[in-house]
Amino acid sequence: MDKIVKMTALVAPMDRANVDTDAIIPKQFLKSIKRTGFGPNLFDEWRYEDVGQPDSDNSHRPLRKEFVLNQPRYQGAKILLARENFGCGSSREHAPWALKDYGFDVVIAPSFADIFFNNCFKNGIMPLVLDESIVDGLFQDVFAQVGYELTVDLESQKIIKPNGEKIPFEIDAFRRHCLLNGLDDIGLTLAHQDDIKAYEAKHKQEAPWLFA
Amino acid sequence: MSAKTLYDKLWDAHLVREEEDGTALIYIDRQLLHEVTSPQAFEGLRMTGRKPWRIDTNLATPDHNVPTTDLTGGVASIKDPVSRIQVETLGMNAREFGITEFAMGDIRQGIVHVVGPEEGATLPGMTVVCGDSHTATHGALGALAHGIGTSEVEHVLATQCLIQKKMKNMLIRVNGQLQKGVTPKDVVLAIIGKIGTAGGNGHAIEFGGQVFRDMSIEGRLTVCNMAIEAGARVGLVAVDERTVEYVQGRPYSPKGDDWDKAVVAWVDLTSDEGAHFDKVIELDGSLIEPQVSWGTSPEMVVDINGFVPDPAKEPDVVKADGIQRALDYMGLKANTPMKEVPAEYVFIGSCTNSRIEDFRAAAHVLKGRKVADSVELALAVPGSGLVKQQAEAEGLDKIFIEAGFEWRNPGCSMCLAMNADKLPAGKHCASTSNRNFEGRQGAGGRTHLVSPEMAAAAAVAGHFVDVRDYL
Ligand code: SF4
Repeated sequence: MDKIVKMTALVAPMDRANVDTDAIIPKQFLKSIKRTGFGPNLFDEWRYEDVGQPDSDNSHRPLRKEFVLNQPRYQGAKILLARENFGCGSSREHAPWALKDYGFDVVIAPSFADIFFNNCFKNGIMPLVLDESIVDGLFQDVFAQVGYELTVDLESQKIIKPNGEKIPFEIDAFRRHCLLNGLDDIGLTLAHQDDIKAYEAKHKQEAPWLFA
Repeated sequence: MSAKTLYDKLWDAHLVREEEDGTALIYIDRQLLHEVTSPQAFEGLRMTGRKPWRIDTNLATPDHNVPTTDLTGGVASIKDPVSRIQVETLGMNAREFGITEFAMGDIRQGIVHVVGPEEGATLPGMTVVCGDSHTATHGALGALAHGIGTSEVEHVLATQCLIQKKMKNMLIRVNGQLQKGVTPKDVVLAIIGKIGTAGGNGHAIEFGGQVFRDMSIEGRLTVCNMAIEAGARVGLVAVDERTVEYVQGRPYSPKGDDWDKAVVAWVDLTSDEGAHFDKVIELDGSLIEPQVSWGTSPEMVVDINGFVPDPAKEPDVVKADGIQRALDYMGLKANTPMKEVPAEYVFIGSCTNSRIEDFRAAAHVLKGRKVADSVELALAVPGSGLVKQQAEAEGLDKIFIEAGFEWRNPGCSMCLAMNADKLPAGKHCASTSNRNFEGRQGAGGRTHLVSPEMAAAAAVAGHFVDVRDYL
């Protein structure tokens, strides 16, 4: 997984509460055999005029111009600013897969749904919880200024505004370690690969037929 | 050294490391792959540029989406595009990563849980995983077998390990001798009826006692297959001479020197005298009758000579409500004798009951008899190409066809209706599969879980009957 240490990126505002996983990626896209390629269908129902199907050519579908991610000023955003209880609904990993595939590395919200929150870390997305009032302030800033960027510094655990103002955030030490080092569950297990190899050598001695 | 259970031994023998909180890395000897739960795992490997840790421990075969009718068109003949893409993707991934696949058209293709033991690809003392909850099946050989999720499939591919916490030990002892006409399927249904679908939660279940000692390996596979329906991810039977005899000479089984060493090691794969079990359940095998499920959960079973339960007689309101909902879905009236429930469809197949002994047993009932006119479709679906071949060599296919069954190609088929084999809404089906959940065999379909013998007898009668009257 990619390391996230410090990044400066455009911010897109998702100004509604309780955005659920079905809204993030509608269920007709769950039959896919991939975990990439969900980006064009992120927020599909809000983003397009028609109903998308897994085999639709998304580049030709009519867009809902007013939807925030369709506005020219938010193209290329990597930070999503959201409202409370973001990611509620199902436990499937398709929602973070879609956000990541679209290009979001960070989601900032006053609160997240539990399972979604955990699934974000598994897929290299940083979900950051900030006070409601601070999130409110950020929404005002984003709306007020075209090209509004934030810097997220995981090392010092601070968000830095364009005016230099710093907003500290909390993050679980273990999760932070994983993101800083680009470690997922597999990466963590592979950090013990010497143990696995040592076990394997012993196992081969004891049960050679399993290595024939 | 203190006495250990079989599960303790298998766990200890595969422990790579353990954290203070009990989270452990367990080494995996065999991973079975099928088309439904593996694509995103391979995709994950590609995205991260990771390679499988040990290619030779993986074995793939498509099963869930495979048509059971004509296979001559190969993968291209699968009509549903989603199904076809899944099967094609398994093939592409197997080729890209160098993993052995028994593809459609290969005589060895079949349901993963039938193929593994049949090939000797799952062996006593192994750890076995598959992205499928019925992986518990392989525990019948004295292997530690877990069903896992897609992210875990990727984890095992990349690291050869599974992150696990140790479960508790549970022993289900069934003493005595089974009556004639009572099968392994009846034993496991009776167990689930007794302990419930949550009875084994958090436990690895070992099936012990005289009944399992006397049981064939195929019977033990049927029992362990349904451990998950009792809430346990792991089911186990201790290794004995039958196990060793079953494994010997299979394509992936050890040979020569290795065989001798393996047999010596396998002798120890039993629970020690005095080993501690957190939970022990005892049943008298001689009292078990042929079983049939009436509701929408595998614990909703009764003896064939019993009646559809009456919610009015259930003091617990929540349970009474559950019974009523199941009755509504199943279109059954309380207190109806089970023998009066029709069987409009019959399905003999699935990873629970699609091995050669199952077809022999059903054919024994069907021989010289005809499927009742009221039966709309009777399907016989072998668990693998090799089971099918063996059955045909014994002439069993003719008995099925003459009786009025359709003799199909191997796959999961109407067990979960991911392919074209679906149970229509409102129809009752005598099914040898493992789950009678709402819509499992097709939207609105009404499943009754039974043994192959009972399914065959129901096909002849057109309703559920006591198979002992047909033997
Ligand atoms: S036969 Fe049924 S239970 Fe078994 S693996 Fe196939 S779908 Fe699952």
